[in-house]
Order: sequence, then structure tokens, then C-alpha cells
Amino acid sequence: MPQPAAKDTHVELVDISRSFGGVRALDEVSLTIGRGSIHALVGENGAGKSTLGKILAGVIAPDRGQLLIDGEPVTFHSPREAIVRGIVLIAQELSIAPALSVAENVFLGTEPRRAGFVARRALRRRYDELAAAAGFELSGDLPGRGLRTADQQKVEILRALCRNARLIVMDEPTAALSRPDADRLHQVIRRLAAGGTTVVLVSHFLREVAELADQVTILRDGRLVRTAPAADETEETMLNSMLGRSLGTTFPARRPVRPDAPVVLEARGLSAPGVHGVSLDVRAGEIVGLAGLVGSGRSELARALCRAQRVTAGTVTTASGPLAGRPPGGRRLAAVLPGPGPWAALRAGVAMIPESRKEQGLMLGRPIAENVSLASLARLSDLGLVRRRAERQAVTRALGQVGVRVPAQRPGGGAWARRHGRPGQQGRPLGLAAPVSTLSGGNQQKALFARILLRGPRVLVADEPTRGVDVGAKRAIYELLTSLAAEGLGVLLISSDAEEILGLAHRVLVMRAGRIAAEFRGEAMTEAAILGAAFGAADAGPERGA
Amino acid sequence: MDQQDLTQAKATAGRLPALRPPAGAATGLRRAGILYPFLILFIVLSVWSAPFFTKVNLLDILDQQASTLIIAAAGTLVLVAGGIDLSVGAVYALAGVTAAHLALFTSPGVAIVAGVAVGLGVGLVNGVIVTAFRINALIATLAMSFVVSGLASLVTGGNLVIDYSRPGFADLARTSFLTVNTSTWTMLAVVVALAVVLSRTTAGRYMYASGSNAEAARLSGVRVQLIKLTTFVISGGAAALGGVIDASRVLSAQASNGETTLTFTVLAGIVVGGTSILGGEGAMWRTVVGVLFIALIGNGFDLLGLNPLYEQIALGGILLIAVGLDAWSRLRQA
Repeated sequence: MPQPAAKDTHVELVDISRSFGGVRALDEVSLTIGRGSIHALVGENGAGKSTLGKILAGVIAPDRGQLLIDGEPVTFHSPREAIVRGIVLIAQELSIAPALSVAENVFLGTEPRRAGFVARRALRRRYDELAAAAGFELSGDLPGRGLRTADQQKVEILRALCRNARLIVMDEPTAALSRPDADRLHQVIRRLAAGGTTVVLVSHFLREVAELADQVTILRDGRLVRTAPAADETEETMLNSMLGRSLGTTFPARRPVRPDAPVVLEARGLSAPGVHGVSLDVRAGEIVGLAGLVGSGRSELARALCRAQRVTAGTVTTASGPLAGRPPGGRRLAAVLPGPGPWAALRAGVAMIPESRKEQGLMLGRPIAENVSLASLARLSDLGLVRRRAERQAVTRALGQVGVRVPAQRPGGGAWARRHGRPGQQGRPLGLAAPVSTLSGGNQQKALFARILLRGPRVLVADEPTRGVDVGAKRAIYELLTSLAAEGLGVLLISSDAEEILGLAHRVLVMRAGRIAAEFRGEAMTEAAILGAAFGAADAGPERGA
Repeated sequence: MDQQDLTQAKATAGRLPALRPPAGAATGLRRAGILYPFLILFIVLSVWSAPFFTKVNLLDILDQQASTLIIAAAGTLVLVAGGIDLSVGAVYALAGVTAAHLALFTSPGVAIVAGVAVGLGVGLVNGVIVTAFRINALIATLAMSFVVSGLASLVTGGNLVIDYSRPGFADLARTSFLTVNTSTWTMLAVVVALAVVLSRTTAGRYMYASGSNAEAARLSGVRVQLIKLTTFVISGGAAALGGVIDASRVLSAQASNGETTLTFTVLAGIVVGGTSILGGEGAMWRTVVGVLFIALIGNGFDLLGLNPLYEQIALGGILLIAVGLDAWSRLRQA
């Protein structure tokens, strides 16, 4: 609220450009950051906000353009040089040494020393001074191991402060935080700014930006849309500028589930590590949203349903019969012998789009075709020999269905790799032979959908299917999910994006602490209801014992 | 535990430095890989040494490399599927002495089958240790190689097993067909068969998938552990076949045959060819060219009368370069 008066300029960026392999991540972006202000960078994935933050902190160098600090032109060759000038980046992935205490982590590399030994008492005293100055209540004696993300972030901030940081770049600091922790971090950021430290905040959360920032810079496709006082912006205006078009067209129309649609996936009292006694039904043609905080057991439930994780109790039943809760043959044997895994679930018609396409979904170095056909090879082969023409045709068809145009050139050909690739030319097979890693993030995700389409399951468990993809691909994936459901597939859609769930799902299950905390349908499906249930704020019943 | 590994992997993946070797040149180089050095060496030797480019010498090289190529062909499957088998030298010795020993008092056929069966058995044990008990393949097969070597010494009692009284046993390797020895024919059959498995069958695809991204393969319905186990069984069987062929060729065998040198040569051949030590990448032609490249170096040292001591040094250096190139191109790709 208190709009700070005109501040002197701390950092100025002039016509900064940076390309990655032919894709222009930043295109002549200029902006001015005031001393002691909270300056937010917003934009979609790939808009260039993280790149800008990294250029500020010397992690990457701009191709062109000038960076001025306190009016003085500087060129950073490494983060170290930026730190010398008082600029520190706190990345999304935090780096806390688990074996060291909080205080030791903070002073890592800059410990007060006496004759080569760490002066423990001095370390302790300086930590207390620093923490008090920053207004943190965090004991310096706590071990780094097991520190909550919010506290890890405090350690990173203190680390920055003890290096005399005058500008801290925070990349998505609240992405992994619960609401109360995020609120606490907001207070910390405000206090930093009030103390004269400049904070550059890279964030996806527009509400956070609106509440916290003094100035907002909106980026789209690497270009500056505008820099404006946050007080003049609303979530709506920011979103519209980021997207360059109005919302409302984002979600395809939902088709009602036929009243007589059969249940295609049924879980009863399902327990697995992180999942406690979950029961749910998914009917043919139905999209069931599964909401909840990160760590509430959503992904664990997904993996248990798909037999990718050990099930300790309960049953999963599909249209083609029971997908037994526990591997047959007793426990002891099951520990040694590979129990039925995801292949058994697939055979029963349950397929999965995993949470992380890079870690769990794709074979990045392998050709596009192999990635798409992997789950359907049995059908595309005779006596174990892959019918390659049939495979190529099936893969091309499936990719066409999900809207991936396969590049018709070899890798290394330039900008095509990140974009959609050019249609035409006869080089199609060559395109399918290119590694799947040459596709853009959105197209990689679509390739995973192509794999599922080709397999033709009856149930799809999609875990964060639109994570890290651009708006166009998101929209395409929404349409895919809707049309798959219209064709009679049962979909369990896991997402952290409440809007996404509200826009697509017929009903919503909310998980909290490994249990289904609430179910909403129809009018009751609101963002407030989902969040309330996820945080346990609303009429939470008495907790059952574990 | 899985989850933790995963988040760690994510963290490091996200933090990969912006500094990457340039694309293009490296990709092309890697794709053609060993082919150019091999051709250059071949031409140089042909020009330099008159006896090199003769049918006798070339067939001789192939014949000498028969067992190495068989073992390396199977080893390619293991590496592609994300494993590694360091017990092949020991299995080679155990199968050789087993077959040679049995050939003394049974028919050669039985001896040969028994030798190969021993290898398949060791391969199965390797596979079970690695997949069911989730023990690192490097350690598991290294330990197994000691066990197997010990067994081989038990069979021979520390002596050389000599089959000169049983010339029938030599038929496996020494029968000439179309002026080419059966050992070479057997090698060709095995290499072609395994090449087809790797590049044309669903099993081969599953091997690439398992080695490239085991979790992705698993979630796509691939029985990753079963696939890996199969590659170890094949590797054991191939190592045994190599041992039996060589025992048959010289009509003798001892427990110290093979040892670490063979394991090294096999691995070096595979990796120098360009198959990734980290799994998921590779091809059979690469292994063949890689093994022959190393064989040419040895042959060249012989023909040119160079000090064989340097051969070992050269081989070690070449292997380091190959592994380094692999790591480098991975960094670029990531």
C-alpha cells in the first residue's frame, strides 16, 4: 500500500538481448529498477523473466545491451562478479548443506576464522546479529537437514545479506511454499525493501505480485510489454498483457457425463506410502480433478493407481477386473521378485502421464518415433519384430492427432528445434528419427499424449499435464483431455492450477495429508472451496488417526 | 527414496551451466564416430605394411577376434539397457575350462553345451543380483568375476587342461567352410542375430528404453528389470561361447585365460565404437567397428614391429578419449 516516493535508480538495463540456440529469449528489453524497491518480473513460461533475472545476477551474459549499476556500466562474467557488486540470485532450487547448522550454512565460505579454525562463538554471535537485523526468528543451531523450504529460503536470504547484497533476485520464491509460509516470506521481503535492499521478484503468482511489488515489469515472448507501478495493475490487466489476448477462451466446452456411464476406475481404501485409505471412482467420459497442495499425496495416489508404487492396502478395480491391491504371492516374495508393475495397469487399461516428463516420461536422447510407440510396440510387431512401416504410420497419425508437426530436418538446423518445425518436405521419417529432446516443451508433452493415444487406454491419470508448457500447448492439451473424455475415456486430472481443474473437471477431489479431504461438484466448485479444503481451513472434520 | 533421488536429479538438471559445447560439429562427429579413425587406420596400415591387406591376414584378424566380437556384441545389449558386465573375462575362462575338462571324457557336443550353459547360469545369477537385489551392476559383476575365477581354478586344479587327445573338440572352431573357419562363421551369426535383436525387435527397443530412462520405460509398461536380467543372461552365454570357441581352437584351456584383459578389450571395443557407458545409446555396427579398430591397432603393432608395451598404453588412452567424448556430448545434449 505505502507507495514509496521516487527512489534513485539502482540498476538500469538498456536494450538487453539474449538468444538461446536461435530462439530470442530477450529482445531489446530496457528497464529501470529503483533502490529499495520490490520490482516484479512477470510473464508466462518462456517470456524471458528468469533469463532477465539471471542476466542481472551474472549467471548468463547478454548478447547485446548494457547493464548499469549505480549509473556505472558493468559486465559480469560470473555470478561471483555480480556478488562483488552486491547482486545475489536466490534460485528456485535451494542449496543447503544438510550436515551443517543454519548458522554454518549462512556463513558458508565466509566463516569468521581464527588461525584457520572456525571461530564458533563469533559465528554464532554474528548469526544472531544478522538474523535480528533481518527480523528472522530462526535458530542458528538447527541442522540444515530437514529444514522446511520456507526456512531454507530464509537461510538463502541471510546468506545473501551477509555477503552485503544490496539487490536480491528471487526466482519463484513462493512456488514451493504453503500459504502461511508464503505470507511470512512476503513480510520478510517487505522488511528487506524497507531496509534499503532492492528485491527483484520473478513470480508466476499475480496476486502475490499485486500485493507485494512496487513496480511490475511484464514480459511477453522476450519483449517488454510495460513497466508500471503495481498499484496501477490488477491481476486481470497483468494477465491480459501477458497473454496478449483476453481470457475466457482458454477452456474448451465441457461435455456432460452420460448418466449411465460405467465406472472405469474404482479405488477402495487404497493405501500406499503417502496415501491413506483413499476411495474414488472415475466414470467413462468423466474428468475428475484431483487438487491439493504439493506433498498432499496426489502424485503418490496417481502412482499407486497405476501400480508404479507399492500398495499397502485396499483395492483398485478397472473395467476389465480387479487390479489386485497387493502383488500375489505374498509379501516376502514380492520384495525380491518384481511384482506386477505399471505394465499390469496398462494391460488393464490404466495409463499415466507422469508428473515430470523429463525424469519419468521421455527418453530424451531417443528418436521421437520410439518415444511415441514405446507403450504400443506389442501391437506394432510380429513375432517380436517391430513392423517399422506400421510403426511410422501409427506414430505419424498419433502425433497428428495431438497436433505435433514433426520437423522435417536434421537437428542443428536452427530455430526449428524450439518451434513447431516446418510442415511439408518429404523428409518425414527423418523428422521422426530426431531425438525427442529437439521438440519444444509443449510438443514433448504432446508426444507423451501421443504415446497414450496410440496405446488407447480406458483410464488416463494425468499428473500436472500442462506443467512447463506455453499457452498454445496448454490450450491444445485441454482440448485433447476434453475430446478424450468425450470419446469415453475416464480421466483423473491432477493439477496445482485451480483454474485448470475448475475449467476442465466435472467434479473435484481435494487431497490433504494423504486423504481425500473434500469433493465438490457443480456450483460448489470454486477456487475458494478448493483452496480452503486443501489448506484445511474450511469445515475440516476431526482428523482421523493414521 | 526414489522421490528424493528424483528431486535431486531435477535440481541438478535445472542447474546445468549455460556453458555448453557448441552443437553441430560434435553431433556429426559423434554420429559417424569411430568410422573415420577406423578407415584412416585401415588405409594407413594397407599402405604401410604389405602383409596387412592380404586375405590371410584379414581373415586371421577376424578369426582371432571372433570370441571378443561375440562377447562385445552381447555386452552392447547390456550397456544399452543400462547395465555393465565385468564378469565376462571370468565367465570366458570358466566356460573354457569346463568344456575342455568335460571334452576329456564326454562327447564334444555335450562339453560345448555344458560350457555355454555354465555361462548362461552365471549370467542369470548376475542378472538376479542386479535386478532383484538392486545391487550396482559394476560391483555385482566385479564380485562375481572373482567368484567365477575361483570356480574355474577349482575345475582345473590350477593346471592347464589339454585336449590334444580329443581332436573332435576342435571341430567347433577349426572346421573350414568356404575357406573361412567356423569360429568366424559362428561370430558372424551371433553378431547378426544380436544386431537384429537390438535394432529390430521389441526387446531391443525395450533395452534402449530401459537404458535411456528406466522410469519412463517402466511407466510405459516395459518390464525394465526383466529386460535387464535378459541382457545379463545373454552376456553370460556369449562370454561362455567365446571361451568354449577359444578352448576348442587351441585344444586347451586354463583358469587364467581371459582375466581382466579380455573384459577390458570388450568394454573398450564397445565404448570406443560409441555406445554409451551410461546406457540408452549405441548400435551393433559401432561395437563391431570399435572392436576391430582395437584389433587393427594390435595387428599394426605386430606388423610394424613396434614395441608391444606401447600398445597397452595406447589402448588405455583411446578408451579414455572415447569415454570423454561420450560424457562431453551428453553435457551438450542435456
